[in-house]
Amino acid sequence: MATTRILEWLGRVYILMLLAFLYLPIIIMALMSFNVSPFYQLPFEWTTEWYASLWQNNQLIAATRNSVEIAVITTIICTALGTAASLGLYRYDFRGKKFLQALLFPPIAIPWLITGTAMLIFFFGVGIGRGLHAILLGHVALALPYVIVVVSARLQTFAPELEEAARSLGANQWQVTNRVTLPWIMPGVIAGGLFAFAVSFDQFVVSYFLSTPGQTTLPVEIYAAIRKGFTPEINAVSTIIIVVSMALMLLTARFFKFGGEK
Amino acid sequence: MAGVQVSNVSRSFGAHKALDDVSIDFADGGFYALLGPSGSGKTTLLRQIAGFDFPDSGRISIGGESVERVPVEKRRIGMVFQNYALFPNMSVSDNVAFGLSVRGEPKAVIASEVQRALDLVQLGTLGGRRPHQLSGGQRQRVALARAIVTTPRVLLLDEPLGALDKALRVDMQIELKRIQREIGITTIFVTHDQEEALTMSDRIGILRDGKLVQEGPPEEIYDRPKSEFAATFLGDANILRGNATGTGIRLPDGTGIAASAGVTLVAGMKASCAVRPERIRIATNAGVPDRAHANILTGRVSKRIFAGNNSTYFVDRDGQTIKVIVQNTGIEKLAEGQQVVLRWSSESTVLIDAS
Repeated sequence: MATTRILEWLGRVYILMLLAFLYLPIIIMALMSFNVSPFYQLPFEWTTEWYASLWQNNQLIAATRNSVEIAVITTIICTALGTAASLGLYRYDFRGKKFLQALLFPPIAIPWLITGTAMLIFFFGVGIGRGLHAILLGHVALALPYVIVVVSARLQTFAPELEEAARSLGANQWQVTNRVTLPWIMPGVIAGGLFAFAVSFDQFVVSYFLSTPGQTTLPVEIYAAIRKGFTPEINAVSTIIIVVSMALMLLTARFFKFGGEK
Repeated sequence: MAGVQVSNVSRSFGAHKALDDVSIDFADGGFYALLGPSGSGKTTLLRQIAGFDFPDSGRISIGGESVERVPVEKRRIGMVFQNYALFPNMSVSDNVAFGLSVRGEPKAVIASEVQRALDLVQLGTLGGRRPHQLSGGQRQRVALARAIVTTPRVLLLDEPLGALDKALRVDMQIELKRIQREIGITTIFVTHDQEEALTMSDRIGILRDGKLVQEGPPEEIYDRPKSEFAATFLGDANILRGNATGTGIRLPDGTGIAASAGVTLVAGMKASCAVRPERIRIATNAGVPDRAHANILTGRVSKRIFAGNNSTYFVDRDGQTIKVIVQNTGIEKLAEGQQVVLRWSSESTVLIDAS
């Protein structure tokens, strides 16, 4: 009885500390983006000055735009290619299929630092070079396995008789995929797309290696800015990103009922 | 609506011969059962007729048109799957409407046809439900409505009642038969349940190891099985083995068994006689010999199983156990261990070539 109570109490403390470690830094950062003092000095004085000056920081805005554009294009390409690849792996049996499926995992396991270095050398060798196009190419290559793995997992729960039933009713391959298979795997496709977006938008190492000085993505720009000297503008831009990405997550979770889908 | 002809169809998967030179003629408007144990090739045959898989050799035609290389979506068939395969993301109405919708029928036509099909299967008011909100029997009806709404040329059913409990299954058998009669569609259904095959179909095809063992009306197969397998797989049968004497056999102990006329085998060759347990009379004495019950064997009751309206006696004789089913009249009481006389007519005995 007494021990249970102590254990319960310890459990609560543990959860509180866990949450604190996860969210406290983020909350402090968000608060400081509204504080007058650029040096985290208290007492707290409310201002939106940093958000205003962020608006003037063309370099940061350009990098944000690049990041969003690359992440969106990466998401679209990877979702389309990855879903098609998953369907192909699900429907057809061919020589080397198992080997191909096994090849999906090393890119997820290999450290991005190594992948980035390899890509940099390779892209130089074949003449692709550096720049936004190279970053996009790298991001697609990095994110594609995630989409295939997530969509394939969802496909494992799909009953193949459903496609047969649709065909027996006269549906062609296109109608079968569009009306029966895709609606079922949609939660997996959305989750895969979110993964792709996150891999691209969070990507620092590969982007850092493949970017040129003038043209870069947000994480690389933030890193460069911090090296030059920290400004609360970074807090401001980070806060915006957190709010936007959390809203996105909550929306998708709400519409596609992750986990609870029957 | 159309008949289906299967001619010399073979299909192998690697070294395994799933179908071996199978020919069956399914007449227009008939109700056929393909019966066999698992692995007999009955489902493979159904999938060839549906067009999910193509035969290695042989021909399949539907309504006189050769279809053995036509994919399923172009064959105009209707199919009901074992676990119904209803589209989980669609309502009942949308499930039924699917076939008409992919064909590009106008919305008004689809709506009225779907309602007609749902009324036919007595689910007229459940169109808005989702499949997971339905009971097993209701899902079965939706699957049937979805398969027939497109007016297919033939209806294929793959163990359609397998997932239902016993009472519901009997209801659905009657229901399925009614709907089939009402629309007059050629129906082929696969089952491993012999009772289902007997009660529902006009004709039965028995398959074993990829071969068609026997085909014909249920009564004919039941009364005149051509092999020990057909005799024992469709219904219960006692098999007595010996040597042929022309229209009967002689058992190893010398007892003669007379079989019905119609089958004659060369004397001396290995043969067997099949007799249904319910055709045998059981008594404590031989009584007056009569021509109607020409076959007589004696034995000892080793076991009696009471099953309400009937009892099954297991009678041991010369190392063999003979099963006898007797309607319970409340008069006869035979105890285990009692000596009995078994009698049955030659008409109830089928001579089978066992060589």
